[in-house]
Amino acid sequence: MDRVTARGARRRALAALVALFALPWRAFAQPSLNPAPGIDARTINTPQGALQSILKGAAMRRGRVRLDLPSAAENGHSVPMIVRVDSPMSEADYVRRIDLVSEKNPVPLMATFFLGPHMGRAEVESRVRLNGTQRVTALAQLSDGSFWFDSVDIVVNESACLDGG
Amino acid sequence: MAARIQVAREARRGDLIEVRIVIQHPMETGFRYDSLGRQTPRNVIHRFECRYAGAEVFRASMGAGIAANPYLRFFVRAEQSGEVECRWVDQENASGYASARVTVNG
Repeated sequence: MDRVTARGARRRALAALVALFALPWRAFAQPSLNPAPGIDARTINTPQGALQSILKGAAMRRGRVRLDLPSAAENGHSVPMIVRVDSPMSEADYVRRIDLVSEKNPVPLMATFFLGPHMGRAEVESRVRLNGTQRVTALAQLSDGSFWFDSVDIVVNESACLDGG
Repeated sequence: MAARIQVAREARRGDLIEVRIVIQHPMETGFRYDSLGRQTPRNVIHRFECRYAGAEVFRASMGAGIAANPYLRFFVRAEQSGEVECRWVDQENASGYASARVTVNG
């Protein structure tokens, strides 16, 4: 192999490498085997990916959202969760959506709640599954497009995924 | 799918009505194996919606991160008498419905 060809090969390899980074990262995200319809399968790999797919480049600020979880749970099968957003819930200023993102669950995006001004109060209670001790994030988008979040650390003694509950 | 919905029967206009609902559903995660080692396919209620007096007020898109027998509690503002109707569907396309009537005074 002479020098020129070797350099050409390296140039092509470099070009391919650059092209690889030019592609959106989502192109490489592995889709889940059986994703829930309505939940974007491309967002499921990492909690950061899930958050970024919602934020789409926008910034999120801590505040206005309050996520209530117990500080510790005996097991992760059913953990009570309340999320509240400080919002007048009027036609002019309301909460559009709230996303719950887990740091350790196999599917980080646990649920998305779509709210509207007819609710009167931005508060939703449910019960979540948690795969171990972790940080849970609630991300809210207001009607003006801004994003606010709250993160809570929870100690889970027995993970939800160990015995298949 | 059995479900229980709890909503105040009467409310004053402008008050908040609390809606509580529990649906009996395993919310299969898809990460469980049966005694023969076969993977149990994921089957969760992935879509839930609530309408009040005909208009959609709340919607939830859920995954396996919501516990079995999903419970939801949320509010709607009393504006007029009408039905609070909840509908949901799982990944095997089994759907459910539960409703409660609210009478709004004043």
